[in-house]
Amino acid sequence: MSFRWMGEDKILTALEKTLTFSPADQTEVTLSVGSWALTRFANSYIHQNMASESISARVRVVFGKKVAAAYADVAGEDGLKDLISRAVEMARHQDDNPDFVSLPEASDAQTTRQVPKTYSDATAECTAEHRASLVRAVIAESDRVSGSAAGSLATWAFEHAVANSLGIRSYYRSTAARLTTVITCPEGGFGYASASSVDLDNIDVHAVGREASETARASANPVEVEPGEYECVLSPYAVAEVINYFVHLGFWARAFQEGRSFVCGRIGEPIVGSNISIWDDGLDPRTLLRPFDAEGVAKKLVRIVDGGIASELLYDSYAAHRERKKSTGHAGSTNPIMSPGDATMDQMIATTERGLFVTRFHYTNVAHLMSASITGMTRDGTFLIEDGRITKPVKNMRFMQSLIEALANVEMIGRNLKLVNSTLAPAMKVKKWRFVSATEF
Amino acid sequence: MTEGFDARKFCEVVLDAAKSAGASYADVRIVSRESEGIDLRIGKVEGLNYGATLGFGVRVIVDGAWGFAASPKLTMDEGKAVAQEAVRIARASASAKRRDVKLAPVEPVEGSFDGDWKVDPFEVPLEEKIGVLRDADRLMRQNEKIRVTDCSMDFWKTSQVFASTDGSYIEQTKVESGAGIAATAINGNEVQKRSYPALGGDFAAAGYEFVESLKVIEHAEEIAREAVQLLDAPLCPSGEFTLILEGSMLALQVHESCGHPIELDRVFGMESSFAGTSFLTTEKLGSFAYGSEIINITADATIPSALGSFYYDDEGVPAQCVDIVKNGIFTGYLSSRETAAELGMPSGGAMRADGWDRIPLIRMTNINLLPGDWSFEELIEDTADGIYAATVKSWSIDDKRLNFQFGTEIAWEIKDGSLGRIFRNPTYNDMTPRFWNSCDAICNKDEWHVWGVPNCGKGEPMQIAHVGHGVAPARFRGVRMEAAR
Repeated sequence: MSFRWMGEDKILTALEKTLTFSPADQTEVTLSVGSWALTRFANSYIHQNMASESISARVRVVFGKKVAAAYADVAGEDGLKDLISRAVEMARHQDDNPDFVSLPEASDAQTTRQVPKTYSDATAECTAEHRASLVRAVIAESDRVSGSAAGSLATWAFEHAVANSLGIRSYYRSTAARLTTVITCPEGGFGYASASSVDLDNIDVHAVGREASETARASANPVEVEPGEYECVLSPYAVAEVINYFVHLGFWARAFQEGRSFVCGRIGEPIVGSNISIWDDGLDPRTLLRPFDAEGVAKKLVRIVDGGIASELLYDSYAAHRERKKSTGHAGSTNPIMSPGDATMDQMIATTERGLFVTRFHYTNVAHLMSASITGMTRDGTFLIEDGRITKPVKNMRFMQSLIEALANVEMIGRNLKLVNSTLAPAMKVKKWRFVSATEF
Repeated sequence: MTEGFDARKFCEVVLDAAKSAGASYADVRIVSRESEGIDLRIGKVEGLNYGATLGFGVRVIVDGAWGFAASPKLTMDEGKAVAQEAVRIARASASAKRRDVKLAPVEPVEGSFDGDWKVDPFEVPLEEKIGVLRDADRLMRQNEKIRVTDCSMDFWKTSQVFASTDGSYIEQTKVESGAGIAATAINGNEVQKRSYPALGGDFAAAGYEFVESLKVIEHAEEIAREAVQLLDAPLCPSGEFTLILEGSMLALQVHESCGHPIELDRVFGMESSFAGTSFLTTEKLGSFAYGSEIINITADATIPSALGSFYYDDEGVPAQCVDIVKNGIFTGYLSSRETAAELGMPSGGAMRADGWDRIPLIRMTNINLLPGDWSFEELIEDTADGIYAATVKSWSIDDKRLNFQFGTEIAWEIKDGSLGRIFRNPTYNDMTPRFWNSCDAICNKDEWHVWGVPNCGKGEPMQIAHVGHGVAPARFRGVRMEAAR
């Protein structure tokens, strides 16, 4: 099971041949092949360790305005041919979709932007032994604070390709590595840290282990504080969650077209504070790179919020055609980025009279769609700030908060961005955040 | 499985390769799954998808540690290579172990077991299935304030072979089916949705006959009307209330506040970096007052046609019914061979994997709140002042499964034993033991239904399990409520 790339020529040739088997008016074939591995640890030992090869093919066929899709774990000619037959059979029973116009065209796959290197051999070739050695390093950091380490180290190495009968031919290699850990200290302290990168060698496992260990040690013996509105300093982990909800609840063109978005009727208007800018860019070399989307359309830089003004939406080809626009390359995933500020974490804490520092949120969910209100818990390091300094750890709290209100009340933004999964986020200080109840730990 | 493929021979080759490479224990699962999904949205069939997946996964213990490897290539050479890879991975695991894995014993089993379905949903013409959804959609959109409709059906057919070095060889096949409809009314900044029979639908380990039994067309106009009424309904009041929960909402309540915290791997910290741990620690077993005396909860994988039922779990342990809470006292866990061995117990048979490339984890089976003796009418009549809340809208719970907040699509005021006006955006918030200890009435078996939940997420990499929850509406006292806004 040693890793090797199939290569662009081989994959696109296979997809082009598959297209010739289709009797449909338009046909799209996508293929993802590769491998992934994951080592999980808890109670400071490895309890789950796995690796798998993976093949995923999807065929979409169009007859007039009838569209159907089929997918399977196949890559060979016979398998892909069968998949075409299955999709064609599905389409035969399909109704017309009057809103469907076309699959993307060849020109949609073109980009004049420079595409950074999207993969790393170090990530692709990482062995189980190397993953175990990196995990042992995290456990060693945890041992320094008499902690118990849990977490996971995962690597992915995939080739993605899309070909359609209108001339799209898109291919890229991608790798990703992610380390997360929660370290628990004997007196009930919890600490979290994570790091993601295209290149596993860019992840400093000792630093991740130290960050979580220090938070765990500092958060031992938490005290209870009253629910209510607090000034709040959010770490980049928490801010990444805020940004993701904000983008996904408001800025998908599809939801906007159906009237289910909080920016309906507000594009071009101020929606949050003028110090907030958020954009989406799958080609930013600091994030997990995605040069094109699931339809093979090149990723465009989308200015979602520009100086507080709701600016642009995220389109796939279906939503774009409904407005006679071009897809922005957002069939599927996003890479949100929030503009940094100029504050340090120390400055944010020093200017807080009485507030809370939140390391991360847990089990967040939408409470009210049109106000972008979410609820959830704090987790793995929540602290009371008094008179400009962190004074004590506090028990976890439940919050219910409108993200529109929160982003209208951001007083300071951190100067450094951190990659949290696929989101680049700074820390930030919010004037008020509403906590509604507490829990026992 | 593919024609001409000798599954038994393949399993023998894989297990022999694992043993030769040094495994003290090995198992192999070959999983073939077909799926079909139909999504009809605002009058248009937007999703018509067929899926097929086939592959195998090998799990081994070497030097007292676990390894797992998987591949979609079902050849003898690949089987050997993957078994050897699993052994290599296990050796790496052993470099960071604290003690050797021990497994609770299990009797070897040979057999072939098919689920119970009458009408194969994959044989029902697509036109017929789409037609049902189209009729429901049309009825919902007769109301001009209904701006968005979602109608869906999903079907799965899964065949699995399990073989282990303990001597088991088990073949299982099952069919699962489900459907749901939803109407969303929009007026300016107000968006209100009603779903039937539950958010995302209801599912069972059954054939198309289950979808027919849901009668989605007959409920389309009703949910559309309610969604529109909610646009102008008053906000749910804030304060402490007597709360009666409808079945599908109570199913999620059981899922989140009982089902997850009784997973013994969570209790032992195996999920602590991701979904969290559990407040139901082992010293509470047999003594902790989880709920009031009328609370009886089981984990039952033997209920016919329930979504969380099976014959054998993915360690070859037979499906069984385990008492979780008896007369209010916490008495049992969902367990695996490894976790049960730590407590000196036999496995509860709850290990399941989401397909061939995932390692089995402890998953819910059917976690059931057993029925009481009230009719629904009696329960409402007996409630002088309260709120009846129905259908899941949002959910959140802390990482030990104590502090929760759930939102429902709709609520009705109860005054002097009668249902009255409706409220929009209700949420309720409580701590798990306090909530279950406040339960003073549960409806009877006539109101009891096993809700199928096809989207229970757990683990890294994420695994989606199909689980069930048998519940009847129940009443809780002194629950904090407020409106989401």
